[in-house]
Amino acid sequence: MRVTVRLFARLRDIVGAGEIARQAPEGATARTVWRALAGEFAGLEEYETSISTAVNAEYSRLDTPLTDGDEVAFLPPVSGG
Amino acid sequence: MSDNETGMPTSLYSVTTDALRLDSLFGAVMTTSRRESAEDVGPGAITSFVGIVRNRNAGRRVLRIEYEGYEPLALRAFERIGAETAARWNVRMALHHRLGTLEVGEASVMIAVASPHRAEAYAACRYVIERVKQIAPIWKHEFFEGGDVWIEGATADPDDEAARQEALNLSCA
Repeated sequence: MRVTVRLFARLRDIVGAGEIARQAPEGATARTVWRALAGEFAGLEEYETSISTAVNAEYSRLDTPLTDGDEVAFLPPVSGG
Repeated sequence: MSDNETGMPTSLYSVTTDALRLDSLFGAVMTTSRRESAEDVGPGAITSFVGIVRNRNAGRRVLRIEYEGYEPLALRAFERIGAETAARWNVRMALHHRLGTLEVGEASVMIAVASPHRAEAYAACRYVIERVKQIAPIWKHEFFEGGDVWIEGATADPDDEAARQEALNLSCA
């Protein structure tokens, strides 16, 4: 399946793009996609325990199963206000 | 969303690159809290909070802050904060957050809370800004004299009850 990955703030800087397309195997969760990215881009791995996840612009968990066409977002710790 | 008599938009929740205006939030909470029947108690107080870009942070001289956000999720987070607030207090809340490049002294966030009585309006207003800092998917990229840094605060988790309780404790202190 094909998913759109959204990245923000420092994660976006590390990857060099705020939106990228990725292929994921059937049965993949947000964690599957995250782990693949973390293997691809040095510096992401340290965020594994502090990121939040959103699927289709709803807060979700890393173990959320994905379906074809989903938008999965990885958010570093927030600092609004 | 309709416009009030000033022509300002009356959205309760907004994420925008435009300059924020408190009268727009006042209009929103007043418009949407219109009494439904003659017996309902209408607003008797509005409290507000305005967050502005400070000139110094952690010993650094701040030049500007670039705010980034995940807009659709931010609006949903604002709606969630609004629902949490309305479940606890008899209030109407408006929350607007600015994105993009802000100079020192510019407003980054505005909150207005209308309530029949001031105590609830004050408590809810504090709760809202604490929850914004906990769960709004928005980030500060601080540019200071000598460099820049992404500010990273809380891991956003709307279901974290301990965080919610912390915001509640601060609001009722």
